Amino acid sequence: MDHEIIQPPTEQPHPPRRVFFRWLTSAAGAVAAALVSVPFVGYLFQQRKQSVHWVALGKVAEFPFGETRTVAFDNPLRQPWDGVTAHTGVFVRREGPGEGAVDRFLVFAVNCAHLGCPVSWFPQSGLFMCPCHGGVYYANGQRASGPPPRGLFHCEWRVVDGNLEVQAPHYPTLHDTLDQTT
Amino acid sequence: MNHLLRELGNWIDVRVGYSETLLPMLRHPIPRAADGPMGWWYVFGSASLTFLLIQILTGIGLSLVYVPAANEAYESLVYLDYEHPFGWFLRALHYYAGSGMVVMLLAHMTQVFLHGAYKYPRELTWMVGVVLLLCTLGMFFSGQILRWDPDAYWGLAVAGSMAGRVPVIGPWVVHALLGSEIIGAAALSRFFALHVFVIPGALLTFLVLHLWLVLRCGISAPPAADRPVDPATYEAEYHEELRQGVPFLGDAMLRDLFFSAAAVIVVVAIAAVVGPKGPTGPPDPTLGGANPRPEWPFLWLFALLALSPPAAETFIMLVFPVVVIGILFLVPVVSNRGHRAPSRRPVAVLAVIVIYTTLGALTYLGVTAPWSPEMRAWTSAAIPTDVVERSSPLELQGSLVFQYKNCRNCHALEGVGGRRGPDLTTVGTRLTRDQLIDQVSNGTPGGGNMPAYGKQMSPAEMTVLADFLVSLRPSGQPPAKVWSSSPTTRP
Repeated sequence: MDHEIIQPPTEQPHPPRRVFFRWLTSAAGAVAAALVSVPFVGYLFQQRKQSVHWVALGKVAEFPFGETRTVAFDNPLRQPWDGVTAHTGVFVRREGPGEGAVDRFLVFAVNCAHLGCPVSWFPQSGLFMCPCHGGVYYANGQRASGPPPRGLFHCEWRVVDGNLEVQAPHYPTLHDTLDQTT
Repeated sequence: MNHLLRELGNWIDVRVGYSETLLPMLRHPIPRAADGPMGWWYVFGSASLTFLLIQILTGIGLSLVYVPAANEAYESLVYLDYEHPFGWFLRALHYYAGSGMVVMLLAHMTQVFLHGAYKYPRELTWMVGVVLLLCTLGMFFSGQILRWDPDAYWGLAVAGSMAGRVPVIGPWVVHALLGSEIIGAAALSRFFALHVFVIPGALLTFLVLHLWLVLRCGISAPPAADRPVDPATYEAEYHEELRQGVPFLGDAMLRDLFFSAAAVIVVVAIAAVVGPKGPTGPPDPTLGGANPRPEWPFLWLFALLALSPPAAETFIMLVFPVVVIGILFLVPVVSNRGHRAPSRRPVAVLAVIVIYTTLGALTYLGVTAPWSPEMRAWTSAAIPTDVVERSSPLELQGSLVFQYKNCRNCHALEGVGGRRGPDLTTVGTRLTRDQLIDQVSNGTPGGGNMPAYGKQMSPAEMTVLADFLVSLRPSGQPPAKVWSSSPTTRP
């Protein structure tokens, strides 16, 4: 089946109506594309507005002075279908009475500041060690050695009616930490 | 019956026209030399394609059972492994055929590179091939995430941390990757969509383009040392060569078919013997004991990253892969003419040898990962008895401090224990007591690889630890000494 190639009509000045219609088609196409893509890109990339959730970790008295405890809880930032991945651990260290006789706590995310692997607490040597690349932190969360560029991520905490509460942590990264100070 | 079939074929052909389009494509002539013994070099591309077909088949099969939801994915994988008829086999085959596809792609690319087949007019074929390699590696990474176990969870954590290092838009990239504030269901769904819709769609599209380019540019003849490529005359020479060519459809295909069949048999045997990979456990991040490893095609990058100084890390994470891909992509732009024969291209041959040696060495290091501490060595690896059988009570006490302070997690004794720091079996011959106390107290200067233990142990503990470390010498060897050359004694 041979098809004759249809030649476009030779050079003729376009009537203004045709020129206008070309512009109109381009504009309509651009508007249609934007109408589809703006919501779609927002759907893919925009962050859901999340309210701040506080999680009760236990009575203040349950945390001995100068000791680091691991506390696990179900992260309220979860979806019902998150399963066990929503289980979240934090390290809690009761530092002792701070200003105004209010207890001072250190609450760390388990994620190493290097690449996010879970660090382990070794009370014998008073160090946090990361299994991936050997990042080590002191009990106060400061970097001791290895590749991490900073100390452990601090979670926001508060004491309400004798209960220690922590602000539900998102996954912390270098430019998106869990508190304002560090 | 035959007559009826032929009638039906004709009826369709009149409307579709395959005898004018598809058949000539399949019968396209290939250079006669490619049908000889040299033809065995040409089998890797079609073997990659065969593995891709197996991946599509097993992938569709797995999707009938696998649940891409964070709360049930692990359970559905366990069900596939242990209960669903042949579920274990499909999972194993999907993994090993995927691995085979990467191996065949690398072999195919290496052959094309060594034979200079990427030169004029096949530059774009090579570039599209690089895109296909990237798609395949993307399938490998996203597939590992779907194996919803601790490795998948912590693999996402590492990927998120790397993405978080991107300047300015880091947090935004992390969210785009994870789809949520925490690692969980949204991330799994994103990687499921990538693995099942987005990357396969791209892969098949570029594959069609790749095959079209192969047909349009023709199969390159095996390289001859006396026939360099000159774009001005190549088309005419190739056309001349094809006059004695042989049709692809027919005996010329036999080698491809035979090799593909053999490759499939090998992969099926491996899958049947070794069985499915994982899942290693439920993806509960509070279980601990995680030590995520990337899949084998990425182990070299993992090792390179671990061995690089912290100052270069962000560069190697974010920029280096782009540079490597860019170089691969631009290979035909750098040289698209001249000699094709490996005997005339020593630099190309050397490059292949250097690249594979480097990748092999880095992959080996990635498997052994000597930079990772042994988190349980302080309790699980006992002090070798011959080290302490003649120790004094203080030295014995020091050996307990050595274990108890977790030194063993990074330091081996007689090869057992962590390998992040040096093996200390004979450290007493290398460092004096003062040097040892300085090293243990202050760690590596500038916060390098060893933490400072000065505040982590009492003076008594430090004393006995130093006693123990000094005693770590082969019998008969004196402790290390320092040559002190006081300036006053000099003339």
